Amino acid sequence: MSVIGKYFIFLGTLFGKGEKLSVYWRRLMEECVGIGVSSIFIVAIVSTFIGAVSCIQTAYNLVSPIIPISTVALIVRDMEILELAPTITCIVLAGKVGSNIASELGTMRITEQIDALEVMGINSSSYLVLPKVVAAMLTFPMLVIFSAFLGILGGYLAGTLTGVITERDYLYGIRDSFVPYNIFFMCVKPFVFGFLIATISSFKGFFTTGGALEVGKSSTEAVTNSCISILVADYLLAQLLL
Amino acid sequence: MIEVSNIAKAFNGKEVLKGISASFKKGETNLIIGGSGTGKSVLLKCMIGLVKPDQGNVLYNGRDFYHCDKETQQSIRREMGVLFQGGALFDSKTVEENVRFPLDMLTDQSVQEKQERVAFCLQRVGLEAAAKRMPSEISGGMKKRVGIARAIVMNPMYLFCDEPNSGLDPLTSVKIDELIKEITEEFQITTIIITHDMNSVMEIGQNIMFLYEGSKLWEGVNSEIIRTDVPELKEFLFSNKLLREMEK
Repeated sequence: MSVIGKYFIFLGTLFGKGEKLSVYWRRLMEECVGIGVSSIFIVAIVSTFIGAVSCIQTAYNLVSPIIPISTVALIVRDMEILELAPTITCIVLAGKVGSNIASELGTMRITEQIDALEVMGINSSSYLVLPKVVAAMLTFPMLVIFSAFLGILGGYLAGTLTGVITERDYLYGIRDSFVPYNIFFMCVKPFVFGFLIATISSFKGFFTTGGALEVGKSSTEAVTNSCISILVADYLLAQLLL
Repeated sequence: MIEVSNIAKAFNGKEVLKGISASFKKGETNLIIGGSGTGKSVLLKCMIGLVKPDQGNVLYNGRDFYHCDKETQQSIRREMGVLFQGGALFDSKTVEENVRFPLDMLTDQSVQEKQERVAFCLQRVGLEAAAKRMPSEISGGMKKRVGIARAIVMNPMYLFCDEPNSGLDPLTSVKIDELIKEITEEFQITTIIITHDMNSVMEIGQNIMFLYEGSKLWEGVNSEIIRTDVPELKEFLFSNKLLREMEK
C-alpha cells in the first residue's frame, strides 16, 4: 500500500512547479522521437507477423463448409482492432520503452544527475518524467493504428500468398460487419496503457538506489509491473467500454 | 558565509550526524575531512537541501534554508554551485550543453549572452577545445573540470565540492585543487570541499573541519593540523607507514 501511495505522490510531483514551456516543448519532441519513432521498426515486425499467423491459424481452424472463407479476414480484423494491435503492441512497448525509461532514470539517479537537477532548483520529476508520459500517451495510439494496419496487411499477404483465401474474399471479409466504435476503443487502450507504462517505469527508475545491479532490477520490475497493469487495465476497459 | 548549527541526522535509527555546528567563511576554501562513513557527504547533502536534517539550521548569509519560504529557498539554491563526486554530467548533452544547461533552464539570457558565459567558464577551466565533445569522450579529470564550469556558470555565491579528487592521479588532483582555490578567491565564493585527500588538506585547506563518527572533533587551519593532539585525527593524518615514521 505504501508503494501505491508513493506512486500517487510521485504523480502529483509531475504537476508541481514546472519550467518554461519552451523547455517542455523541446523535451517532448525529444521523447516523441525516443519513445515513438524509434519503436516503429519493432512494432512493424511484430504486427505484420502476428497478422500473418492469425490469418493462417484462423483459416486452419475454420474447416466448416457452411462458414464462408471471408470470415477469416473478418476475424483477423476484429482480433487486430480489439486486442492484438492495442494490447500486444503495448506489451511489446512495455518491454522496449519501459525498460529504457527505468534504466535511463535509474542511471541518472545513481550517477547523481537527478541530484544535480534538484540542487539547481529544477523540479526533476516534472522535467524528466512529464515529457515521457505525454510522449507515450501521444505516440502509442499512433503506433497502435499503424500496428493494426500492418497486422491486417500481414494477414492479407499470408492468406493470399499461401492460397488459403483469395484476395476478393479477404477484402470482402475485412469490410464485412464493420463497427466504427471499435476503432475508438482501439485508440483509448494505448492512451491508457501509454500512461501506465511511462509512469510505472519512471517511478521504478526514479527511486532506484544502489548501483548497476539495482538499475537492472528496477528495469525488470518496471516491465513486469507495466505488463500486469496493462492486462488489468485491458480487462477494466473492456468491461467499461464494450 | 554559511553557518550550520546543531545539525543531526539519523537513518533507520543510526545516528550519522550528531549535532554539528560550524561556520564557513567567504573567499576561503573550507574543507570537511574524515574517513569513509563519518558523515561528510550526508552533512554536505544536508547543506545543499538533498537530505533534510532531523534537527538544526543551515544559514546562508543569515537566511535559514530549512525555515524560509519557497521563494527564498529557491533563490538560495540558485546561488549554489555543486561539483558532484562523479561530475554528474548529463550523458546526452555535450560539454558545452552541460555547462549551458543552468542558463537555459533558469535564466532569460539571449543566446549570445549564454554562449559568451559558457565560453568564459570553459576557458576558465581550460576546456575550450572540448566544448563539442560528449562526457563519454573525456577523461575523469576533464569531467571534474566540466563539473566546475557548470557549477560556476551561474556566478554562485556558494560552491560545494564532493570529493573533487576521487579517482584522479596526484598531478590532476593538484590541478583541480588549485583551480578550485583560484576560483574561490577570484569570485569571492564560500567554498566547501568534502575530501579525505591529504594533499588537498595541505595545499588548499584554509579552514578545516574533521569529522569522526558523525561528530566534529577538530577545527582549524592546515598549518596547525600537523601538530594536533586529537588521537583520531592523528590516526587519520598519519595513516601510512612513511608518515608515521616521519612524525616520530
